[in-house]
Amino acid sequence: MTDLLLKGANLLGDNGADVLVREGVIAEIGSIRAAAELDGRRLTVVDAAGLVLLPGLVDLHAHLREPGREDAETVASGSAAAAAGGFTAILAMANTSPVTDTAEAAERVFDLGRAAGLVDVQPIGAVSKGLAGAELAELGLMARSRARVRVFSDDGKCVHDARLMRRALDYVKAFGGTISQHAQDPRLADGSACCHEGEVSGRLGLPAWPAIAEDVVVARDVQLARHTGSRVHVAHVSTAASVEIIRWAKAQGIAVTAEVTPHHLALGTDLLTGYDPVFKVNPPLRPDEDRAAILAALVDGVVDAVATDHAPHARHDKEHAFPDAAFGMLGLETALAVVAEVAVRTRLLSWADVADRMSFAPARIAGLADQGRPIAVGEPANLVLVDPDASWTVDRSASQSLSRNNPWHGRTLPAPVVATFLRGECTAYRGRVRGQFDPEEIA
Amino acid sequence: MTRKHLLSSADLSRDEVDSILDTAASMHDVQRREVKKLPTLRGRTVINLFFEDSTRTRSSFEIAGKWMSADTINITGKGSSTSKGESLRDTVMTICAMSVDALVIRHSASGACHQVAQWVDASVINAGDGTHEHPTQALLDAYTLRQRLGSLEGRHIVIVGDLAHSRVFRSNVITLGRLGARVTVVAPPTLMPSGIGDWAARDGFATSWDLDQTLYAASPADRPDAVMMLRVQRERMSGGFFPTEREYTAGYGLTRERLARLYAATPDLPILHPGPMNRGLEISAEAADATSSAILDQVSAGVAVRMAVLYHLLAGETEAAA
Repeated sequence: MTDLLLKGANLLGDNGADVLVREGVIAEIGSIRAAAELDGRRLTVVDAAGLVLLPGLVDLHAHLREPGREDAETVASGSAAAAAGGFTAILAMANTSPVTDTAEAAERVFDLGRAAGLVDVQPIGAVSKGLAGAELAELGLMARSRARVRVFSDDGKCVHDARLMRRALDYVKAFGGTISQHAQDPRLADGSACCHEGEVSGRLGLPAWPAIAEDVVVARDVQLARHTGSRVHVAHVSTAASVEIIRWAKAQGIAVTAEVTPHHLALGTDLLTGYDPVFKVNPPLRPDEDRAAILAALVDGVVDAVATDHAPHARHDKEHAFPDAAFGMLGLETALAVVAEVAVRTRLLSWADVADRMSFAPARIAGLADQGRPIAVGEPANLVLVDPDASWTVDRSASQSLSRNNPWHGRTLPAPVVATFLRGECTAYRGRVRGQFDPEEIA
Repeated sequence: MTRKHLLSSADLSRDEVDSILDTAASMHDVQRREVKKLPTLRGRTVINLFFEDSTRTRSSFEIAGKWMSADTINITGKGSSTSKGESLRDTVMTICAMSVDALVIRHSASGACHQVAQWVDASVINAGDGTHEHPTQALLDAYTLRQRLGSLEGRHIVIVGDLAHSRVFRSNVITLGRLGARVTVVAPPTLMPSGIGDWAARDGFATSWDLDQTLYAASPADRPDAVMMLRVQRERMSGGFFPTEREYTAGYGLTRERLARLYAATPDLPILHPGPMNRGLEISAEAADATSSAILDQVSAGVAVRMAVLYHLLAGETEAAA
């Protein structure tokens, strides 16, 4: 591994400095003289003037589809999309086929991630066996496995049985686990629900997904978290009322955290009027009032993190009639740009805030010790360089993902990722990943 | 008119609605001839692609096509597709690969016709998509009402029933609105679509949970000029939308008693129903078979209106209608 010198980057968007990385660790920060070699070791010097240096991004919520749907995504292709998007760690959701509900399944995903070597892939374990919502999966064995699973989720389905949720919250206290809940009361919004309940769903005649179906589960879960003294994480919170419940719960000292997705921040219900299944996602795109509320909560910290809910799907699974098409949209490659568009360009968040919501906080929630660390001497060099002043046009065919269900296709977004570094190694450069670019290009 | 598809009633301007209804009137005359064939669509291929059961809509499109000399072919698809089955796109692309001029589509999923229109070169006609719209039904209802009432400008049309799941209601509020009618829709709150308050305010129709208040308004100007009853699917009861059939009928059925009271004020009140009817649930036998019932007129108008729609989409304005 060559050493790395990032010249003149704006650390967290603030003061410019040079950052020297040696053997994957930040060795020095300050004004450092560039040279081809340093102490006899080869040195790659990157001109980072005008670029923002952030800690490598951490995604609490990605669907990598392997095992089971390797035609839509693999751990390797999802890792590539993540690296291209500035991530150095991603949490892989458990709803694969078979489900990640055993230590062996978790280790397999973990090993596939290490083999791809582009980001740290951390498996999420299922809460219930087979996501059936009936019996607890082997939470403890997954926690004790090589994969050291700490986040558990039945995502895609809600742990709707209150007793099962209570038991899961209680049980994971033994090893510091967190339950990430997909909040959707199945009696108020069943599997067919695909459009936010309101005027648009009424006009379009689409099965309605009311906000209240999320709110009642969030309200119940924060009370269960209080009762058990355990930690609950609200996945992809999408409604104003859920945000208010979380705000209240945090004020009570309840251990609740929450994430929002870039698409819920930026895209609204009205996009469904053309019945394009690329906009079909669960929870559904919400109206402006909800979007404003979750954005405000991300800004004031009631919502802790941005998470992508990256959900690749084979083309034919999106070419059914809207109610029959698969839920979900791509997100890893566009997440940072969308956050920059809705929150940084509008001066609601600083780059330091972005580092918090997309790296520090998610790493803390996930219990990842070596990710989401400050940019400081002695810390692992998981870093991302962003061009804050440039813009780029999203082209779904240029994606690292195997899938093309990209709702941002054709849009111009700000702040492209220039380069991503995992423990000092450049994993992605301008949309291409290791092997697709010449390392000399970076210098 | 250079329209290619008919996907939603909102596609049609007032002029287009008027033009289609005028054409339908001349088509209706053709229907009364001994030899009903027109050469207008000779050599054109119209596929009736029905993913959902239908008797009257499919047969009326088939007859309409045949009387206009189009080659009409019926294809019955499987119900709703699943992730394991063939995608909707694959199904329609396969059919369109056989050089088709128009696809008449009925599908259980809302929006299916909109999606298909993005994929194919053929004209797409929505023959009912899920709980979204049924534009040709609204046109034939407007045609029937116009036959009975003359101009619909300022006329008060009351639509009663399962609005939440009704594509007929969704298309009718648009088309009747285009023609200047005042529309009031009546249903229990559980059978109202989501967000109907905002929707009605924006589109200028009225809503009510109280049928009697709507039918027997104090001011004669607010009384209905026509009543349209919608089918209530019995399976909705298992969804708990209302407690029992008799309770529904008591609140929202066009019963013998309600009919008698209506007739006392307006003996020739047109009564419409898109069918199939649940006699005894939303409509009594007396109302269905009343002298002023327009229900069979609707069926008859269905063929003429669908001929007019095919004509407008496929033949262009330069050719003569008859």
